[in-house]
Amino acid sequence: MSSANTAAATEQAKPFLSINNIEVVYNHVILVLKGVSLNVPPGGIVALLGANGAGKTTTLKAVSNLLHAERGEVTKGSIVFDGTEVQSLSPNEVVRRGCIQVMEGRRCFAHLTVEDNLMTGAFTRRDGKAAIAADLERVYAYFPRLKERHGSTAGYTSGGEQQMCAIGRALMSRPRMILLDEPSMGLAPQIVEEIFEIVRDLNQKERVSFLLAEQNTTMALRYANHGYILENGRVVMDGEAKALASNEDVKEFYLGVAGDKRKSFRDGKHYKRRKRWLA
Amino acid sequence: MVLFGQFLEILIGGLLSGVLYSLVALGFVLIFKASGVFNFAQGAMVLLAGLALVRSLDLLVANGFPFWTAIILGLVFAGIIMAVTAWLVERFVLGPLVNQDGLTLFMSTIGATFVLEGASQMIFGSDVYPLRLFPTDAWFLFESSFPGGILVNKLDVWGGLIAGILVAGLAIFFQRTKTGRALRAVADDHAAAQSVGIPISWIWFVVWLVAGLVALVAATVWGTKLGVQFSITFLALKALPVLIIGGFTSIPGAIVGGLIVGAGEKLAEGFLGPHIGGGIEYWFAYVLALAVLLVRPQGLFGERIIERI
Repeated sequence: MSSANTAAATEQAKPFLSINNIEVVYNHVILVLKGVSLNVPPGGIVALLGANGAGKTTTLKAVSNLLHAERGEVTKGSIVFDGTEVQSLSPNEVVRRGCIQVMEGRRCFAHLTVEDNLMTGAFTRRDGKAAIAADLERVYAYFPRLKERHGSTAGYTSGGEQQMCAIGRALMSRPRMILLDEPSMGLAPQIVEEIFEIVRDLNQKERVSFLLAEQNTTMALRYANHGYILENGRVVMDGEAKALASNEDVKEFYLGVAGDKRKSFRDGKHYKRRKRWLA
Repeated sequence: MVLFGQFLEILIGGLLSGVLYSLVALGFVLIFKASGVFNFAQGAMVLLAGLALVRSLDLLVANGFPFWTAIILGLVFAGIIMAVTAWLVERFVLGPLVNQDGLTLFMSTIGATFVLEGASQMIFGSDVYPLRLFPTDAWFLFESSFPGGILVNKLDVWGGLIAGILVAGLAIFFQRTKTGRALRAVADDHAAAQSVGIPISWIWFVVWLVAGLVALVAATVWGTKLGVQFSITFLALKALPVLIIGGFTSIPGAIVGGLIVGAGEKLAEGFLGPHIGGGIEYWFAYVLALAVLLVRPQGLFGERIIERI
């Protein structure tokens, strides 16, 4: 009994993905991340919150190692995924090791059919056609709508279907960790709900961990276990998702819910940065 | 009947010579499909492939190799040269320009053109080298129905056959294989393809290799027709109207575009030429292309420009 507890404790102590104090510079001059640290435990859903330009997407791209195509570079710190330093890997090796990004704005291959889109996700796999075909059926089971539209050109499907297609495509690589960037962008609330439900499902049934960058703070905190708030390339706050959701400052600045006293914008709270000294 | 025979002869000759344009256009389409780059260097690649083939062939024959062995070895050698070229282009020209604008990439291929033209002539020589891979004499068909029969060039028939095989092979490669699917994915969105684990540099190498091999095939036919010489690079200019008519992204489009251009320019020369003074052949294709641009900018078979509203 006690030994099981210690095992669980060490598992807790050893994060699946850990980002340690990274700095990212674009074009050698633009400092975008100024020391970001965060951890994703195995099987966790971690939300990365913040306004436009806070550095959420950059953080995800640093993990999936897609920065150098945009002339970005991690200049300090380290990113360790499942015991391996990510910086020494090429993007396709990161995918092969089980960490895949679903990019902002869905980015389906517009001229390919939905099924071809899904199959491109299996590019890095070496475990044979039968296993890939089985996984295709598994993806269709999660997204029945994709099965209906499997022959249509992806560019002509709806936004929600494209988001599902992008997540399904990532699933085809058999990931253990998905970096999900703004899944709610430009989608109707009902579809957003549907997609988040699927994320929770995948997390519980397939044990896929998620690092979720979102502007839709309410939604993200409802489904995540833990949250980090980024501002200007720094983590300014982090905590249990429930604690964050009930935090007065978060409510005021990110959820748009003010206390009862506030009747006019003039009464708005002035922002005080909470310093977070970490790593 | 004489007029009909003449029409048939010009039509067949035109269609077959159009297939030869298609061979060059195919190389453009491949690279454009897979990387969104209009590869200005395709003409130079045909020259390089042709020179590598003809020069190694001459050398082997001079050293007493039997003709067929020499051809196979020569083709293998030229294939290796094209592979090395593909690797160099990917490594030093396109690799550093990942995710750059299409125009930037296009400009870089102009640079590559000059390097390839210069290097290939420096290494292999700059004379006119005759290549005799295919028969160049003619058949006379239907001599009983038409006086004098219909003249068909054997080389053109060979060109048509080879183009047919090539297109069938490419279609299977693009539609049925994993690498082919990845190529189409990269064509749509570099960054997204990279995010799902498709190694861009490998894909670009494959594309340039395939385009290089298509250039080699084109060089065998065109080299036999004209001799391997610098002016082969101007074929690229002839491929342009073919691409505009057929569509930049369609392999069948390159074939049909070639047929239309070939038949169109020969028929125009044969039937309109005498009335307005001749020389139509050289610009007729561009007029056709202009007309297509006005009516259907993506070309007859080009991918529809997808825009969700």
